[in-house]
Amino acid sequence: MASLAVLVVLYLSALFAPFVAPYDYAEQNRAFPNCPPSQLRVNPPRLWLSEGVLYTHPYVLKAARGRTYEVTAEKISLAWFTRGALLTAARPEERVFLLGTDALGRDLFSRIVHGGRISLSVGLVGVAISFTIGIVVGAIAGYFGGWIDDLVMRATEVIMSLPSFYFLLALAAVIPASLSSAETFLMIVVIMSFIRWAGFARIIRGMVSSIRELDYVQSARALGASRTRVIVRHVIPGTFGYTIVAATLSIPGFILGESALSLLGLGIQEPNASWGNLLADAQNVQSIAQFPWILTPGVFIFLTIMAFNFLGDYLRDMFDPRSLGAGG
Amino acid sequence: MLRFLARRLAQMVPLMVGITFISFLVVELAPGDFFSALRLNPSIPRELIREMEMEFGYGEPLLVRYGRWLWRVAHLDLGMSIAYRVAVLDLIGARALNTLILAVASMAFTWALAIPIGVIVALRHGSLADRLLSFLAFLGMSVPNFFLALLFMYAALETGWFPVGGTTSLDYSLLGPAEKVADRAAHLVLPVIVLGTSGMASLMRLMRSNILDIKNSEYVRTARAKGLSELVVVGKHILRNALNPFVTLAGYELGTLLGGAALVEAVMNLQGLGTLMLDAVRSLDLYLVMGSVLMGTVLLLVGNLLADVVLTLVDPRIDFSRLEAAR
Repeated sequence: MASLAVLVVLYLSALFAPFVAPYDYAEQNRAFPNCPPSQLRVNPPRLWLSEGVLYTHPYVLKAARGRTYEVTAEKISLAWFTRGALLTAARPEERVFLLGTDALGRDLFSRIVHGGRISLSVGLVGVAISFTIGIVVGAIAGYFGGWIDDLVMRATEVIMSLPSFYFLLALAAVIPASLSSAETFLMIVVIMSFIRWAGFARIIRGMVSSIRELDYVQSARALGASRTRVIVRHVIPGTFGYTIVAATLSIPGFILGESALSLLGLGIQEPNASWGNLLADAQNVQSIAQFPWILTPGVFIFLTIMAFNFLGDYLRDMFDPRSLGAGG
Repeated sequence: MLRFLARRLAQMVPLMVGITFISFLVVELAPGDFFSALRLNPSIPRELIREMEMEFGYGEPLLVRYGRWLWRVAHLDLGMSIAYRVAVLDLIGARALNTLILAVASMAFTWALAIPIGVIVALRHGSLADRLLSFLAFLGMSVPNFFLALLFMYAALETGWFPVGGTTSLDYSLLGPAEKVADRAAHLVLPVIVLGTSGMASLMRLMRSNILDIKNSEYVRTARAKGLSELVVVGKHILRNALNPFVTLAGYELGTLLGGAALVEAVMNLQGLGTLMLDAVRSLDLYLVMGSVLMGTVLLLVGNLLADVVLTLVDPRIDFSRLEAAR
């Protein structure tokens, strides 16, 4: 499945970010502010042994105050697996910018790869937290019914009636700036999960209250299984068909939420990178006109979301009881 | 009907109290308050700051302050913004109208396009048009709103066909009334397209799957066997049943749109409720934040209520007593 391959590549590169990225995300190259992406060229095969497979022409500032670059005739050879990076310039003092640089001269490609760590893991962690809470609360409410059910329903109604984006803004804006980036990340994920678990809980509760009446659950109770065992071993696994699909399709929501917050300046702070953070520079339309490569993080977000949507759709077709016929 | 409406409106009140209390707590628990920056400035005398605090009720304990605010809201006075020194109601009024116009226009755009395309695509199931449009719908669903907004702003800058962000032009106040409307409409085009595309894609897919389900059902076959024209079959029988679930969706969509609009507003520099809320939260302008949250909640709940009411009108099987079960 193509989307699975795309996701695997993205997550692997996020996992091994220091290796995949040629430079550190905070490393500034003041000599190359807003430098365009380096154009990769392939050497003729006879030079492969002496000068490497790929090379590029470095950029040099045209005028001292100008922002335009021209390409020189020199060649910088690129080497694979050198100095702890997947692909970088052969000589340590050279610089190759695969996707250009930002205003401070930081390599955009490295920042995107490092930013991917945050943006991609937000989805996984967020879904893990909100689904765990949603399943537990929903299962308890659906299984026991009565006043527990009523209480949970009222609570979820309140949470679902919150204007979620405004609330997200409010909560994110009150995070103190003194927190470390890991703590900020965790707070953002927790806040988003808090807003989302209610929806899952309601649906799980509906499913559980119908699964509860099925024969195999009744017989487990009749055989003397404790209620906890019945819930955990029999009822909850019955919801997995829906849960897996819903989880896959919710991950994009978390990624978008974090990107939106960082775009508005409320999420991950500089110098740490996240894809939303990187797009904050692109909010100035003049910048986009002069340096279009700063839009690339958006392309990565788009690819990730599309891949998750494809995967979710595929899983949903797989689990759909109608297409399975009598089974499922 | 009236009893149902009264009951729903009565239910909304404790909900709104709960929600505003939660947002009150959030702003209170935030480190610092509106005057923190002022306190750090040595040239501002302490008494002045204390006077301002008294004026806005900061000297009193939390619950008392919330109680007072609630009492004033009951008299339709939403308090005063600390930053702008203007009644919150005035500030919110104009901005909420902008956001509402944007949300409603986007919904109209979405529905006007998605339903016909969904119908056409479903009736030509499996054809090239079906596959192509479905794929485009998929793309539209996956593109992040703000990214599309940035791309459109860039395109607007390069081509000059549309204004680049903003609600009105600089010379808005000099224009005649008809020109004012045209100016606002021109500024709305790109934001409406941005907000509309993601909704349109999912709506189209839903419409398509609904119609595919209905197309092969017995009553449709009966209608065709009776000799009814294709137009009547599609228009009267298929559409009416396919549209049913969408009516509730419309109400809930209004709520989601209000939130999604906030982000697009921030990126495209529109004067709406979202940007107001953002600034208010950043400066911890208490009453403005509370007022915005209240307004946002009201719009959301009213949207839900409308959805339920229209559902009862459209589907004769559901009457008010069974409405709760149907949800």
